[in-house]
Amino acid sequence: MSTLIETKGLKKYFPTPHGMLHAVDDVNIKIEEGHTLGVVGESGCGKSTLGRTLIHLHESTDGQIFFEGKDVTHVGKSELKALREQMQIIFQDPYSSIDPRMTVKETIKEPLQISGRFSKGEIEDAAEELMNLVGLDQRLRNAYPHELDGGRRQRVGIGRALALNPKFIVCDEPVSALDVSIQAQVLNLLKRLQQERKLTYMFVTHDMSVVRHISDEICVMYLGQVVELAPSKELFRNPLHPYTKALLDAIPSTDIHHSRKRELIRGELTSPINPKDECRFCARCKYASECCHKPQKLVEVSPGHFVSCTRVDEVNG
Amino acid sequence: MEQKQAPFLEVKDLAVEYSSDGKAVHAVNGISLTLEKGKTIGLVGETGAGKTSIAKSILQILPDRSARITAGTVKLEGQNLLDLTEKDMREIRGKRISMIFQDPMTALNPTMRVGQQIAEVVALHNSCTKAEAEERAKKMLEMVGIPRDRFREYPHQFSGGMKQRVVIAIALACEPDLLLADEPTTALDVTIQAQVLKLISDLKEKNNTSMILITHDLGVVAETCDEVAIVYAGQIMETGTREQIFDHPTHPYTIGLFGAIPDMNEDEEWLHPIDGMLPDPTDLPPGCPFAPRCPYATHKCESAVDFTMTPDGHACRCCNLERAEG
Repeated sequence: MSTLIETKGLKKYFPTPHGMLHAVDDVNIKIEEGHTLGVVGESGCGKSTLGRTLIHLHESTDGQIFFEGKDVTHVGKSELKALREQMQIIFQDPYSSIDPRMTVKETIKEPLQISGRFSKGEIEDAAEELMNLVGLDQRLRNAYPHELDGGRRQRVGIGRALALNPKFIVCDEPVSALDVSIQAQVLNLLKRLQQERKLTYMFVTHDMSVVRHISDEICVMYLGQVVELAPSKELFRNPLHPYTKALLDAIPSTDIHHSRKRELIRGELTSPINPKDECRFCARCKYASECCHKPQKLVEVSPGHFVSCTRVDEVNG
Repeated sequence: MEQKQAPFLEVKDLAVEYSSDGKAVHAVNGISLTLEKGKTIGLVGETGAGKTSIAKSILQILPDRSARITAGTVKLEGQNLLDLTEKDMREIRGKRISMIFQDPMTALNPTMRVGQQIAEVVALHNSCTKAEAEERAKKMLEMVGIPRDRFREYPHQFSGGMKQRVVIAIALACEPDLLLADEPTTALDVTIQAQVLKLISDLKEKNNTSMILITHDLGVVAETCDEVAIVYAGQIMETGTREQIFDHPTHPYTIGLFGAIPDMNEDEEWLHPIDGMLPDPTDLPPGCPFAPRCPYATHKCESAVDFTMTPDGHACRCCNLERAEG
């Protein structure tokens, strides 16, 4: 197996009137071909920005992005166009990410037309095939987005993302706007497509049960930084960072016979603007001590399990 | 006086219709439920099931032009709210029954200081001076965990979680007997959701408030509700205590809902979605509304289906109970 996409010290800052907003701050991740990396964290932790920076929807501030071993951090216009055929994105809100004035088929055809590599006939055939692939009935080809329910609209978004047969797809909260019964349909579809087409996913979500189901590895982000990274089962079985622990603990459980005494996490996300060079969670962390007020490093504590907490032994002792 | 007391809240055969493009949209189709003082019932269902319409009919804040309560009664301690005039209803809203809306970003007035929005409710329902209302509002802010010196700030200066706390403070300012909470934590992150749910249940316990909690999240229901009603296409499909529903989900739709959520403790390759989608509310099937999606449907489901008692004594609207269980 080979690494499909990798970042080294990736940063994305946004200038604001009050200072630099550190949306993504020194992130090192690696996704193997055919794997799914789940990225979790609360609103504002930078998980969507990370996904978008990876596929060049944002220009990175610093650091490097490697795709199939090649440095693609800074690419020219024509290179970028070729790269975009390999890297696609499925957005959260199928209501606003699809042009309301284009029919289902037009939407799915558009990337094929833009690539300029196919004849009209080929495009027609490919679009029909894509509709079948994502489970859209052919009778819907002339339907407009407003005529579709959320699940079908998201299928259009998936069909469009797959049109040019990409290798890597950023799934940015693709099921968050859907009801549970429809959510399960779309998750199964994404999983089936991954198996059939050897797709590599970055799956951005705030839903812990969804991320556990779909991911091979999970990275937990807090204020622009990765605080913990581990194989999916390992992370849920053995969370080590105080923030990961709190996050997992906050999930409401359907198990009514084992009520847990919940330790509520204090306060809310602090500001990502000009953050201090220290553990960014320490203001809310019940284990925080003097040594937390210095920069933290992601350390491998067991094979494949990385944590960024100087007090990890005391916390889990 | 040996007279049996009326239940605290009794909704009976409630039906709500919207008109859209000249067609009648059947949003709520004969909902009945009772709720005792201090208890919480969870209304669970998917988008378009009619949950919010039920809450809005209790408070009578359905949109005037397009919606109409076509049948049923809503009795609060024996008094039918649907018989009241708008003037009398205004006395009840915010005072005896109040509502927390899903989206704290739109529930607050963006041009009004948050403290004033709380004080306004207090002043409206109590004969008190402006200073007294403000003092009460500051107390409410503190109660929901916001420092009182933020009284003069505007909603945009607050985070999502804090805005929802303000909405909760407004809803609870007059210590209502009944709280309608419509997806109160859906827009919030899980850590903030846990804080807000804890806050609601603490305040509810303190004042012995009854609550109708509308949600699609079965985990939230498991942690906050005494009773549960599963709503589909404007009907209750199954209702019982929390234990009955979570230990013995019986209706094929309830079972489908539980099956569709990824299990946190087990590894499964594939999820079990419910095929198809909600029926068109302008053209509901004559019998069981879930029949078109139900793996156990038979010809019996084509005529109206009534509640059956399950072995553990809760009500389930299904005519093929043996099949669904077996």
